[in-house]
Amino acid sequence: MEVITDNLDLYWLGFRTMVSLSVVAFVAAMFIGTMVAMSRVSPVPPLRVLGAAYVELFRNVPLTVQFILFYFGLTKVGIKYGAFTSAVIVMAIYTSAFVAETIRSGINSVSGAQAEAARSLGLGFFQTMQLVILPQAFRTVTAPLGSLFIAHTKNTSVALAIGLGEIMYQSSQVNNATARPIWAFIGAAILFVMFTFPAGLAVGALQRRVAIKR
Amino acid sequence: MNSTSVLFDDLGPRGRRRVRAASILVVVLVGVLIGVGLNRLADRGQFADALWEPLTDLKVIEFLLKGFANTLKAAGLAMCVSVVAAAFLALGRLAHNRPVRWLAGAYVEVFRAFPLLLLIFFAFLALPQLLENSPLSGLLGNDGDANLSPFAALVLGLILYNSAMLAELFRAGILSLDRGQREAASSIGLTYWQSMASVIAPQALRRMLPGIISQVVALLKDTALGYIVVYEELLRRARISGEFYRNPLQMFLAAALIYFVFNFALSQFAAKLEMRQRHRFKAQPMDIASGSEDLAANAALARN
Repeated sequence: MEVITDNLDLYWLGFRTMVSLSVVAFVAAMFIGTMVAMSRVSPVPPLRVLGAAYVELFRNVPLTVQFILFYFGLTKVGIKYGAFTSAVIVMAIYTSAFVAETIRSGINSVSGAQAEAARSLGLGFFQTMQLVILPQAFRTVTAPLGSLFIAHTKNTSVALAIGLGEIMYQSSQVNNATARPIWAFIGAAILFVMFTFPAGLAVGALQRRVAIKR
Repeated sequence: MNSTSVLFDDLGPRGRRRVRAASILVVVLVGVLIGVGLNRLADRGQFADALWEPLTDLKVIEFLLKGFANTLKAAGLAMCVSVVAAAFLALGRLAHNRPVRWLAGAYVEVFRAFPLLLLIFFAFLALPQLLENSPLSGLLGNDGDANLSPFAALVLGLILYNSAMLAELFRAGILSLDRGQREAASSIGLTYWQSMASVIAPQALRRMLPGIISQVVALLKDTALGYIVVYEELLRRARISGEFYRNPLQMFLAAALIYFVFNFALSQFAAKLEMRQRHRFKAQPMDIASGSEDLAANAALARN
């Protein structure tokens, strides 16, 4: 137990790193993912192909491989960022593929009559999307997006592969210093749950608020 | 419905012109981007023969493919055990017996809540210490400092995590069946296990198949975490080769390609199945409060 209490500063540092990585990358992923989902249903064929290729490429290559490729492979072509920036970029791209799939299924779940009504009012594609389809799509996929966010947060632990000082990294440091792996990793587990449990409750509350009652 | 989508009108002459212009713009932009990328690679001498040649060397290919075989070995073993464990966990969560239900529920909730990497680390570093002075210490390697091999730690972590994930999937699959199925089974005198085996499970399995396959993709991807505990799977071997031939970029790209081809084929298959099933029976959507990104996206697709 004292293994955890003695190293609270390290754990706190890891916790902060994890939360900021998770939140910043997810906000970026939501933005990219929405763009990609819109491309996939747009009237421009090359854009549809591009969107599909983006999703398939990034969801089918393991996150660990993407981390390593980005951080240790691309240095050779002069793309070099710090661990945190790299982690944000990689995680935003990886998660955005799943966000795009989720939002696209939200778009598909909006009744076709809604789009027809929007078009009969003379709205163009972007207006239809922005004013009619997307607001409803987001509401139907709040719950999957929430579980995606929690899965994404758990994935931040993979940033250990590039030596980012998140929770897994810090608890490994604690383990190396104290040789008490059991408590060192229980500390990490507590921190993860401290974030994912309230996040899960918040998602549930949000979903109940915005759910469309039919 | 027209051939494309209800989201936009059938295009008139002006719309077609605009779409054509946008198409050309997109193609040109992508072309320029690819060009800039290739140019950059060329500038840094990344197209030098010496960097790509190792990838045509049979020995290197064999080395990498054996790494991928190690990946498949870990993934296959973990999947088999997880499926069996998950089936019992799902039945446990749906059991009438309260302690059984509670235990199975606790297991699922606990192991879904943590990152897989944490479970692998716990198995790798903490478990040996837990077992050290117990009768189970014989399970550890008999080398001086008792340790779990990276393979065992990876597989154990994968099993703990994926059995919890799959249990949720199975439970949702069973619950998505009409309760009349079970009532009919018991009204013709089948016992609980008989109705499970010959009525519920076969139907639930068909519905869950797309979900199970996407979980296989998730598991395969997760096996790359073995890199971190220095299990010699594909990514680790790509790194070793990259350090030897001083061409990390090329080796990592090769590894990424192998993963991509394999997973892409699997997820296309899963998507095909999903489509077919949606046409075949108006299945009730399975409600999966999932824990992995693959299942989350999958659950969203299954919803409509």
